[in-house]
Amino acid sequence: MYQADIYATKTFLKELLERSTTTQGQEWLTKKMELIDAEGATPKDLYLAFSAAPRFVGREPLHLSQHEIEMANLIRPGFNPSRWNAAQTARTLLILSQPYQDGEAFRDTIETLFNTADMGELVALYAALPLLPHPELFRSRAAEGFRTNMGDVFEAVALDNPYPADYMHEDAWNNMVLKTLFVGKPVFRIYGIEKRSNAKLARILSDYAHERWAAGRPVSPELWRPVGPFIDEAILEDIKKLFSQPNELEQEAAALACAESSCTPARELLNAHPQLKSRVENGEISWSLIGDKALAAN
Amino acid sequence: MNTQNLMLIDPHIHMTSRTTDDYARMRQAGIVAIIEPAFWLGQPRTEPGSFKDYFSSLVGWERFRASQFGIKHYCTIGLNSKEANNEPLAEQVMELLPLFVCKEGVVGVGEIGYDDQTPIEDKYFRAQLELAKEVNLPVQVHTPHRDKKAGTIKSMEVCLEHGIAPDMVVIDHNNEETVKDVLDRGFWAAFTIYPNSKMGNERMVEIVKQYGSERIIVNSSADWGVSDPLSVPKTASLMLERGISLEDVRKVCYQNALDSFGKSGQMHESDWLQGSQVDQREKFSDNSVLRGGQTPVVGDVTTDGTLESNIVR
Ligand SMILES: [Zn+2]
Repeated sequence: MYQADIYATKTFLKELLERSTTTQGQEWLTKKMELIDAEGATPKDLYLAFSAAPRFVGREPLHLSQHEIEMANLIRPGFNPSRWNAAQTARTLLILSQPYQDGEAFRDTIETLFNTADMGELVALYAALPLLPHPELFRSRAAEGFRTNMGDVFEAVALDNPYPADYMHEDAWNNMVLKTLFVGKPVFRIYGIEKRSNAKLARILSDYAHERWAAGRPVSPELWRPVGPFIDEAILEDIKKLFSQPNELEQEAAALACAESSCTPARELLNAHPQLKSRVENGEISWSLIGDKALAAN
Repeated sequence: MNTQNLMLIDPHIHMTSRTTDDYARMRQAGIVAIIEPAFWLGQPRTEPGSFKDYFSSLVGWERFRASQFGIKHYCTIGLNSKEANNEPLAEQVMELLPLFVCKEGVVGVGEIGYDDQTPIEDKYFRAQLELAKEVNLPVQVHTPHRDKKAGTIKSMEVCLEHGIAPDMVVIDHNNEETVKDVLDRGFWAAFTIYPNSKMGNERMVEIVKQYGSERIIVNSSADWGVSDPLSVPKTASLMLERGISLEDVRKVCYQNALDSFGKSGQMHESDWLQGSQVDQREKFSDNSVLRGGQTPVVGDVTTDGTLESNIVR
C-alpha cells in the first residue's frame, strides 16, 4: 500500500520548502494541510488550495544539497526532487495530507485533480506518483502521462521518477523509453533503465534505429544503452555499423553496449577496438557521460 | 484607425469563437491582453463534462493560441445565468468550479448574474459570490438584456448583501440608463461596444465626455454572434478623434481593466511588457496554430495601430 512513509516524506518536503518560500507561505500551507486532513473536510478544500498554491508559496526552485538528494533516496529509492519548485512541493504536500485509508476514494480525488489540471498542476501530480499510497491504482494514469505531448509533463512522469520502473508493465515501460528517445529527451535520466531493460525493448529500439538510418536521420547514442545486454545476431550488425560511424559518441556507445553483452561475438568485436576497450575498463566512458554530451550537442 | 500606439486591453471577449485572423488584427491594433469570461456556447450544454472541457480550454489551449499572436490571455470562470436554470446540471457545475477558480491566470469569477432573473439564477449567483469571496477574486457581472435597469441594481444589491466590496465587482453591458447607478454605488462600469445593439462607439464617446474616465471600462464582448473584436481599438481611436484626452482613453481602454481585474493578483503589466515575444514553433498538446507550409513568426510583435489589407497574395 505504501511506497514511502508518508509522515517522513511530509516532514522532509516541508523542510526543503522552508528555504524556498516565505514564512507566510509556510503558514498558509500548514493551515491548508490541517484543513484537508481534518474531519469534515470537503473536496473543495483540497481543490482550491491545490490550484492556489503558487500564489502563496511562490515558484522558487528547491536547490537540494548532495546530502538532501541522498536523504530523498532513503525515503523512497529513486525519489529525486532536485528539479522541483516550491509550488510543486506544496501541491505534493497537499495531496499527501488527503485521507488515504480508502484507496478507491483517494484515487478518485487524485484523478479529479488530474482531469482538470493545467500544465503546472500536471507536472506536480505526475512527479508525485512515487510518493502516493496505493501506487498500483495509478498505472493507467502514468501510461496516460507517457502519451502527452507537453514536454514538461512528459519529463515529470518519465524522467527522474522511479514510479515507472517500479510499477509499469513491460509494454508501457518500453513505450516510455521509445518515446523518450523519440522526443529527444535524455535517456540517462530514466530511473531504472538497466533494471527494466528487456529483449523486446532491444528489438524495438533496433527497429527504430533502422527507421532513422533509412531516413538519413541521426540516431541518439543513448538508444543503445538498454540494448547492450540483449545483443543477438541481428543487433550485432547494428553495433558493427556504430563502430564505423564518424561520430565518436556512437563508437563509445558501441563499446559500452558490447561491454554489457555476454555474447561472444560482441566481446570479440570489442577486443577488435582495443583503445575504446581500455577506456571502458578505465571508466572513462559511461552512459551518463554519453548522455550529457549528446544533450549538449543537440 | 489611429490609437496613437496605446496599449489596449479587451477585458471581455469570447475568443473561443474567433479565428486567428482576429488575434493577428487585434494585436496589430494594439491589444496586448484580453480576458475571456466563461459564457455559454449559443446552445445549452447538457453534461457537466462539457463545462469541464470548456473551462480547461480557457486555461489551456485558448491561452496558448493567444500567446502565439503576442496577446496575454486571462479568463474568468463561472456558471452563466442562462445555464444556471438547469438545476441538476448547475449543481454539478458548482462542484467543478473550485477546481478552476484558483488556477493561474484566472482573474475573477464570471460572467455571472441574471438573465431571466429567476429564483434559480438568483441561487447560483449568490453561491458563486460566496465562492468569489472565499478565494478573494473579483466578480464579473453580466447584466440582463431584458428589464436591464432593475436587474443591474439587483445585481449590485445582492453583491453588497454578500459583503463584497463594490471595487471588487465589474458590472458589464451598461448603457446610458444604468451607468449613473453603477458609478454612484462605487462599482466598476463596463460597456460592451456592439455593432447594432448594446452600445455604439459614438454613444460611448458621449458617456466618457459626461462621466469622465473614473471606473469606466470598454470591451467588445465579441463572440459567436455578429460582433467586432476590434471594438476597443476602434472606440479608442474615435475617442481620440473626438477630443478625449489620451490619458482618459488610456484609462477606459487599458488601465481600469488592469486595476479592477488586477485585484486577483493574477494579472500584472509586466506579464506583457516582458512577455510579448512570440514563438510560433511551439506546440500545445502537439497542436500548432500553423497549417502546412506556413512560416512560423518568431520574435517581437510590433504594433503601429494600423491594419494590413486583407488581400491574400
Ligand atoms: Zn460575455
